[in-house]
Amino acid sequence: MDADRDLFKALGDATRRVILDELTDKDGQTLFEIRGRLVMKHDLASTRQAISQHLAVLEQAGLVHTRRQGRFKFHHIDTSPLRSIIERWPIDREEPHP
Amino acid sequence: MIRIKLTNVLVDDQAKALAFYTEKLGFIKKNDVPTGDARWLTVVSPADPDGVELLLEPDGGHPAAGPFKSALVADGIPYAQFAVDDVYAEVERLKGLGVEFTQDAVDMGPVVTAVLDDTCGNLIQIITMK
Repeated sequence: MDADRDLFKALGDATRRVILDELTDKDGQTLFEIRGRLVMKHDLASTRQAISQHLAVLEQAGLVHTRRQGRFKFHHIDTSPLRSIIERWPIDREEPHP
Repeated sequence: MIRIKLTNVLVDDQAKALAFYTEKLGFIKKNDVPTGDARWLTVVSPADPDGVELLLEPDGGHPAAGPFKSALVADGIPYAQFAVDDVYAEVERLKGLGVEFTQDAVDMGPVVTAVLDDTCGNLIQIITMK
Protein backbone atom coordinates (compact mmCIF):
# COMPACT_ATOMS: atom_id res chain seq x y z
CA MET A 1 0.00 0.00 0.00
CA ASP A 2 3.08 2.23 -0.18
CA ALA A 3 1.90 3.31 -3.61
CA ASP A 4 -0.50 5.60 -1.76
CA ARG A 5 2.24 7.17 0.32
CA ASP A 6 2.75 10.15 -2.02
CA LEU A 7 -0.99 10.73 -2.12
CA PHE A 8 -1.46 10.87 1.64
CA LYS A 9 1.67 12.95 2.08
CA ALA A 10 0.31 15.44 -0.47
CA LEU A 11 -3.06 15.63 1.25
CA GLY A 12 -1.57 15.87 4.73
CA ASP A 13 -0.79 19.58 4.54
CA ALA A 14 -3.27 22.43 4.97
CA THR A 15 -1.66 24.71 2.38
CA ARG A 16 -1.66 21.97 -0.24
CA ARG A 17 -5.32 21.28 0.46
CA VAL A 18 -6.10 24.98 -0.05
CA ILE A 19 -4.19 24.90 -3.35
CA LEU A 20 -6.46 22.02 -4.44
CA ASP A 21 -9.51 24.03 -3.28
CA GLU A 22 -8.46 27.00 -5.38
CA LEU A 23 -7.73 24.83 -8.44
CA THR A 24 -11.21 23.34 -7.97
CA ASP A 25 -12.60 26.88 -7.95
CA LYS A 26 -10.76 27.60 -11.22
CA ASP A 27 -8.67 25.03 -13.02
CA GLY A 28 -5.54 26.08 -14.89
CA GLN A 29 -3.60 28.70 -12.94
CA THR A 30 -0.13 30.17 -13.07
CA LEU A 31 2.08 29.99 -10.00
CA PHE A 32 1.50 33.74 -9.57
CA GLU A 33 -2.27 33.35 -9.45
CA ILE A 34 -2.07 30.44 -6.98
CA ARG A 35 0.21 32.46 -4.74
CA GLY A 36 -2.05 35.51 -4.96
CA ARG A 37 -5.09 33.47 -3.98
CA LEU A 38 -3.27 31.94 -1.00
CA VAL A 39 -2.16 35.34 0.26
CA MET A 40 -5.26 37.40 -0.47
CA LYS A 41 -8.02 34.87 0.20
CA HIS A 42 -6.47 32.67 2.89
CA ASP A 43 -3.81 34.81 4.62
CA LEU A 44 -1.26 32.17 3.65
CA ALA A 45 1.86 34.19 2.91
CA SER A 46 4.36 31.78 1.37
CA THR A 47 7.44 32.36 -0.72
CA ARG A 48 7.43 31.56 -4.41
CA GLN A 49 9.85 28.71 -3.65
CA ALA A 50 7.54 27.26 -1.00
CA ILE A 51 4.53 27.28 -3.35
CA SER A 52 6.70 25.75 -6.05
CA GLN A 53 7.64 22.91 -3.66
CA HIS A 54 4.01 22.35 -2.64
CA LEU A 55 3.09 22.08 -6.32
CA ALA A 56 5.92 19.58 -6.87
CA VAL A 57 4.56 17.37 -4.07
CA LEU A 58 1.05 17.57 -5.51
CA GLU A 59 2.43 16.75 -8.96
CA GLN A 60 4.37 13.77 -7.56
CA ALA A 61 1.08 12.43 -6.16
CA GLY A 62 -0.62 12.91 -9.53
CA LEU A 63 -3.05 15.46 -8.09
CA VAL A 64 -1.71 18.33 -10.19
CA HIS A 65 -0.49 18.35 -13.77
CA THR A 66 1.37 21.19 -15.43
CA ARG A 67 0.72 22.32 -18.97
CA ARG A 68 3.09 24.52 -20.94
CA GLN A 69 1.40 26.91 -23.32
CA GLY A 70 3.99 28.91 -25.19
CA ARG A 71 6.01 30.78 -22.58
CA PHE A 72 3.42 30.21 -19.84
CA LYS A 73 2.97 27.34 -17.39
CA PHE A 74 -0.45 26.44 -16.01
CA HIS A 75 -1.37 24.06 -13.19
CA HIS A 76 -4.35 21.75 -13.45
CA ILE A 77 -6.03 19.62 -10.79
CA ASP A 78 -6.51 15.89 -11.32
CA THR A 79 -8.64 14.21 -8.66
CA SER A 80 -8.45 10.72 -10.20
CA PRO A 81 -5.80 9.49 -7.68
CA LEU A 82 -8.44 10.01 -4.95
CA ARG A 83 -10.34 7.04 -6.34
CA SER A 84 -7.78 4.71 -4.76
CA ILE A 85 -8.96 5.89 -1.32
CA ILE A 86 -12.56 4.72 -1.73
CA GLU A 87 -11.38 1.59 -3.52
CA ARG A 88 -9.26 0.82 -0.46
CA TRP A 89 -11.99 1.73 2.04
CA PRO A 90 -15.28 1.45 0.14
CA ILE A 91 -18.22 3.63 1.15
CA ASP A 92 -20.81 0.89 1.66
CA ARG A 93 -23.66 2.87 3.12
CA GLU A 94 -25.28 6.17 2.20
CA GLU A 95 -26.11 7.31 5.73
CA PRO A 96 -23.68 7.65 8.61
CA HIS A 97 -23.83 4.82 11.15
CA PRO A 98 -26.19 5.76 13.97
CA MET B 1 8.99 66.05 -1.52
CA ILE B 2 9.89 62.90 -3.38
CA ARG B 3 7.37 61.45 -5.85
CA ILE B 4 7.15 59.05 -8.76
CA LYS B 5 7.46 60.74 -12.14
CA LEU B 6 8.44 57.83 -14.37
CA THR B 7 8.34 54.08 -14.32
CA ASN B 8 9.25 51.58 -17.01
CA VAL B 9 8.54 48.34 -18.76
CA LEU B 10 11.31 46.54 -20.67
CA VAL B 11 9.97 45.84 -24.15
CA ASP B 12 11.43 43.75 -26.96
CA ASP B 13 10.30 46.18 -29.69
CA GLN B 14 9.44 49.84 -29.13
CA ALA B 15 7.19 50.28 -32.17
CA LYS B 16 5.19 47.18 -31.31
CA ALA B 17 5.03 48.29 -27.68
CA LEU B 18 3.76 51.75 -28.59
CA ALA B 19 0.99 50.19 -30.70
CA PHE B 20 -0.03 47.79 -27.93
CA TYR B 21 0.10 50.25 -25.05
CA THR B 22 -1.84 52.93 -26.97
CA GLU B 23 -4.21 51.05 -29.29
CA LYS B 24 -5.05 48.18 -26.94
CA LEU B 25 -4.45 49.37 -23.37
CA GLY B 26 -5.51 52.97 -24.08
CA PHE B 27 -2.48 54.99 -23.00
CA ILE B 28 -1.51 58.06 -25.04
CA LYS B 29 1.97 58.94 -26.31
CA LYS B 30 3.72 61.61 -24.26
CA ASN B 31 7.37 61.79 -25.37
CA ASP B 32 9.09 60.28 -28.38
CA VAL B 33 12.68 61.45 -28.70
CA PRO B 34 15.35 59.73 -30.81
CA THR B 35 18.42 58.89 -28.72
CA GLY B 36 20.62 56.95 -31.10
CA ASP B 37 19.67 53.26 -31.19
CA ALA B 38 16.50 53.66 -29.17
CA ARG B 39 13.82 56.25 -28.52
CA TRP B 40 12.94 57.99 -25.27
CA LEU B 41 9.40 56.78 -25.60
CA THR B 42 6.83 57.39 -22.88
CA VAL B 43 3.08 57.04 -22.56
CA VAL B 44 0.61 58.43 -20.02
CA SER B 45 -2.93 57.78 -18.96
CA PRO B 46 -5.54 59.98 -20.71
CA ALA B 47 -6.98 60.46 -17.21
CA ASP B 48 -3.75 62.06 -16.05
CA PRO B 49 -1.72 63.36 -19.02
CA ASP B 50 0.66 65.29 -16.77
CA GLY B 51 1.01 62.40 -14.34
CA VAL B 52 3.37 59.46 -14.09
CA GLU B 53 4.94 58.48 -17.40
CA LEU B 54 5.53 54.91 -18.45
CA LEU B 55 8.82 54.49 -20.29
CA LEU B 56 8.71 51.82 -22.99
CA GLU B 57 12.35 50.91 -22.59
CA PRO B 58 14.19 48.54 -24.95
CA ASP B 59 15.25 45.31 -23.24
CA GLY B 60 18.28 44.81 -25.49
CA GLY B 61 20.53 46.98 -23.37
CA HIS B 62 21.62 44.22 -21.00
CA PRO B 63 21.97 40.45 -21.53
CA ALA B 64 20.27 39.69 -18.21
CA ALA B 65 17.01 41.41 -19.25
CA GLY B 66 15.81 38.59 -21.51
CA PRO B 67 16.31 35.71 -19.04
CA PHE B 68 14.85 37.84 -16.23
CA LYS B 69 11.70 38.59 -18.23
CA SER B 70 11.31 34.96 -19.37
CA ALA B 71 11.60 33.65 -15.82
CA LEU B 72 8.88 36.02 -14.61
CA VAL B 73 6.58 35.12 -17.50
CA ALA B 74 7.00 31.35 -16.96
CA ASP B 75 5.70 31.71 -13.40
CA GLY B 76 2.95 34.11 -14.47
CA ILE B 77 4.45 37.04 -12.57
CA PRO B 78 3.55 40.51 -13.88
CA TYR B 79 6.30 43.05 -14.53
CA ALA B 80 4.01 45.97 -13.70
CA GLN B 81 0.48 46.69 -12.65
CA PHE B 82 -2.02 49.36 -13.63
CA ALA B 83 -5.36 50.43 -12.24
CA VAL B 84 -8.59 50.27 -14.22
CA ASP B 85 -12.14 51.28 -13.25
CA ASP B 86 -13.60 47.80 -13.66
CA VAL B 87 -11.36 44.79 -14.22
CA TYR B 88 -14.24 42.56 -15.36
CA ALA B 89 -15.29 45.00 -18.09
CA GLU B 90 -11.69 45.69 -19.09
CA VAL B 91 -10.94 41.98 -19.50
CA GLU B 92 -13.93 41.65 -21.83
CA ARG B 93 -12.95 44.77 -23.81
CA LEU B 94 -9.32 43.68 -24.21
CA LYS B 95 -10.22 40.09 -25.12
CA GLY B 96 -12.41 41.57 -27.83
CA LEU B 97 -9.25 43.26 -29.16
CA GLY B 98 -7.41 39.92 -29.19
CA VAL B 99 -5.41 40.43 -25.99
CA GLU B 100 -4.37 37.19 -24.26
CA PHE B 101 -4.77 36.72 -20.50
CA THR B 102 -2.84 34.32 -18.25
CA GLN B 103 -5.28 35.09 -15.44
CA ASP B 104 -8.89 36.09 -15.88
CA ALA B 105 -10.47 38.50 -13.43
CA VAL B 106 -10.28 37.04 -9.91
CA ASP B 107 -11.80 38.50 -6.76
CA MET B 108 -8.87 38.62 -4.32
CA GLY B 109 -10.72 40.25 -1.42
CA PRO B 110 -9.78 43.95 -1.35
CA VAL B 111 -8.91 43.92 -5.07
CA VAL B 112 -9.98 42.29 -8.30
CA THR B 113 -7.03 41.41 -10.53
CA ALA B 114 -6.30 39.99 -13.97
CA VAL B 115 -3.03 39.39 -15.83
CA LEU B 116 -2.44 39.95 -19.54
CA ASP B 117 0.34 39.39 -22.08
CA ASP B 118 1.69 42.70 -23.44
CA THR B 119 3.17 40.86 -26.49
CA CYS B 120 6.51 42.57 -25.75
CA GLY B 121 7.79 39.95 -23.32
CA ASN B 122 5.91 40.98 -20.19
CA LEU B 123 2.84 40.14 -18.20
CA ILE B 124 0.87 43.13 -16.92
CA GLN B 125 -1.56 43.01 -14.02
CA ILE B 126 -4.65 45.19 -14.06
CA ILE B 127 -6.40 45.87 -10.78
CA THR B 128 -9.48 47.52 -9.38
CA MET B 129 -9.48 48.42 -5.70
CA LYS B 130 -12.84 47.79 -4.09
